[in-house]
Amino acid sequence: MMSAAPPRIRFRDAQIEMAHGAGGKASRRLVEGLFAPLLFGGCEEPLADAAHVSINGTRVAITTDSFVVKPLRFPGGSIGELAVNGTVNDLAVSGAVAENLVVTYVLEAGLPTEELEAEVRAMAEAAQRAGIAIVGGDTKVVEHGKGDRMYITSTGIGRPIPGLTVAPQSVRPGDVVLLSGPIGDHGITILLARGELDLEADICSDTRSVLPFVQLLVTAAGAGVRWMRDPTRGGVATSLNELARDCGLCVTVFEDRVPVRDVVRGACELLGLDPLHIANEGQFLAVVAPEYVDAALDAVRSTPGGSGCAVVGEIREEPAAVVLGITAYGGTRVIDMLVGDPLPRIC
Amino acid sequence: MKYVDEFREAGVIRKAAEEIRRLADPERQYRFMEVCGGHTHAIYRFGLKDLLPSNIELIHGPGCPVCVLPMGRIDDAVSIARDPNVIFTAFGDMMRVPGRDGSPLEHKARGMDVRTVYSPADTLKLAQKNPDRHVLFFAIGFETTAPSTALTLMRAKSLGLRNFSVFCNHVTIIPAIRAILDSPDMRIDAFIGPGHVSTVIGCRPYEWIAKNERKPIVVSGFEPVDILQAIVMLLRQLKAGEPKVENQYTRVVPWEGNRSALKAMAEVFELRPYFEWRGMGFISQSALRIRSSYAQWNAEERFPVPGVRVTDPKAAQCGEVLKGALKPAQCKLFGKECTPEHPIGALMVSSEGSCAAYYNYEHRKTALTSIGASA
Repeated sequence: MMSAAPPRIRFRDAQIEMAHGAGGKASRRLVEGLFAPLLFGGCEEPLADAAHVSINGTRVAITTDSFVVKPLRFPGGSIGELAVNGTVNDLAVSGAVAENLVVTYVLEAGLPTEELEAEVRAMAEAAQRAGIAIVGGDTKVVEHGKGDRMYITSTGIGRPIPGLTVAPQSVRPGDVVLLSGPIGDHGITILLARGELDLEADICSDTRSVLPFVQLLVTAAGAGVRWMRDPTRGGVATSLNELARDCGLCVTVFEDRVPVRDVVRGACELLGLDPLHIANEGQFLAVVAPEYVDAALDAVRSTPGGSGCAVVGEIREEPAAVVLGITAYGGTRVIDMLVGDPLPRIC
Repeated sequence: MKYVDEFREAGVIRKAAEEIRRLADPERQYRFMEVCGGHTHAIYRFGLKDLLPSNIELIHGPGCPVCVLPMGRIDDAVSIARDPNVIFTAFGDMMRVPGRDGSPLEHKARGMDVRTVYSPADTLKLAQKNPDRHVLFFAIGFETTAPSTALTLMRAKSLGLRNFSVFCNHVTIIPAIRAILDSPDMRIDAFIGPGHVSTVIGCRPYEWIAKNERKPIVVSGFEPVDILQAIVMLLRQLKAGEPKVENQYTRVVPWEGNRSALKAMAEVFELRPYFEWRGMGFISQSALRIRSSYAQWNAEERFPVPGVRVTDPKAAQCGEVLKGALKPAQCKLFGKECTPEHPIGALMVSSEGSCAAYYNYEHRKTALTSIGASA
């Protein structure tokens, strides 16, 4: 019997740092350089938000996500709600409708039952809203001081939407980039909710299931939908850089068309952050063929919560594998992935 | 958003760019140095180079405090913070700056208590909340941030706070500009003067540049309209042949500076006889140290400091880039060994460093011509 050559590991960072969990360059290096080669023989296919697999000829989508947000509750949501919506959204943007969820709680000894119960209720409500069933789970407790109150992992399976294939390889020059609404609300909300900055603003997290919007988009423009992603950690910039790299084309972003609320812009200006790097929990990006754009926009905008949907960019040939920002006055800049870890634990 | 949008308005920006093209003599080359790293960042972030005629070259100056800090200073401060009783605090842009033995963030991952603060005042609160531990603040910056460190020290003194000290790396801008002008390989036609520093020191300290060196200097804000307007003012001065100090950033910078900030600095700091600048060597009277009346809050007095000196890797050409003699991408390490994630040279660390700004916003788009046209 021939034995395969051991997989090549290219992850050379000496230790794990917060940046490896921040969703940007370091996270990608860890996944592609260590996890992928050892767990599934490398990244032949671009990595997506969920895996689509075949079981006895039936296509199933599966994904998992852990939540370590601090604080547990914040304006507009809480860790329990995130744990449901995050997984539903990962399935949705991979082109699947979530069906079932299993959840794991890692609890720190000393956590008041009241707090746990509030999060379990939040999960139940979010699951009901998203129309999915939580069918099982597991609980572990760690010593006091060895965890941060509560971590939740949720794993979801879903049904792929028939006839829909979303993959970076199907993206073509001339395609259009849609964004579902204003960005940065979640990341900035968490940052302010930690109370470490003397900043207050009337803002709440955008956490929600994006599945209804995705379903409308697919119904209206199914054959023209090439790619989708929910820009969570690392923000829109990181998601679009992954797209640019995976499709080998240039993703242009018209900077003045990216919807950002004034309070998010203000906070970013003050803190030296780029809204394009800030996390979202209730938005999605889609690349759509140009002839389907109007139908796609109409479909999303006609739904409550979808009025902010906008065309924010387009796909060009050159420069290859780059995200390029274009200002209203014709200046250009490269928009890179998030480097380092500018924000605390946000999801 | 008020005070921002009007300085990013497309019509106004286009007009300023047209004015620049009208004023620039196509027969000559212009070399303008933007002294401040904030300007460097804004120039790349807003794609302003695309709007300038090719005979106007912007040279990135030494005004990035993180970039000019010698590596050994980080090792010195880290050696104090090895005591588990010490909480190391600094601004976010210090966190990834590598010392010989790693950056503050790497030390944090190994267990050191390292915390990012947004204001030195936060460090006092931290010290009050942790009376059994010592809070060390790694202070850095030009005259922009020195007053807030000074006020923090004055507050610590009035509170009688015993578990707090400052590791002071504050530097001053004028000696650095002088060193640039004294450097034989520099051919600068005019300066875009630092905006934030000037809110504190005012515009008078630059008068010698116009009078003695015969170079125009315009103190500028950080928005696209500000920077382009400053370039217009420099071109007008060059055309008229009358170099002077002008203030474009009047909405923020008073001509005389901020007296109470200067007073606080004078109360707490004195000039060091000399200080090492990364890439530029020792510059006399170019940095601040804490006066003996505040010795109790001076980390360098309070703790043994090894005085580590680390030479930059030979292949790194930070000095040449820092002085504007080389473009970032001309350095042998740029984008290969040296990236914003794994910076070798300091100019790659801070977002205000010219190498990081160039790497983040510029270098991969070079294959491109007039991309904005179809936008």
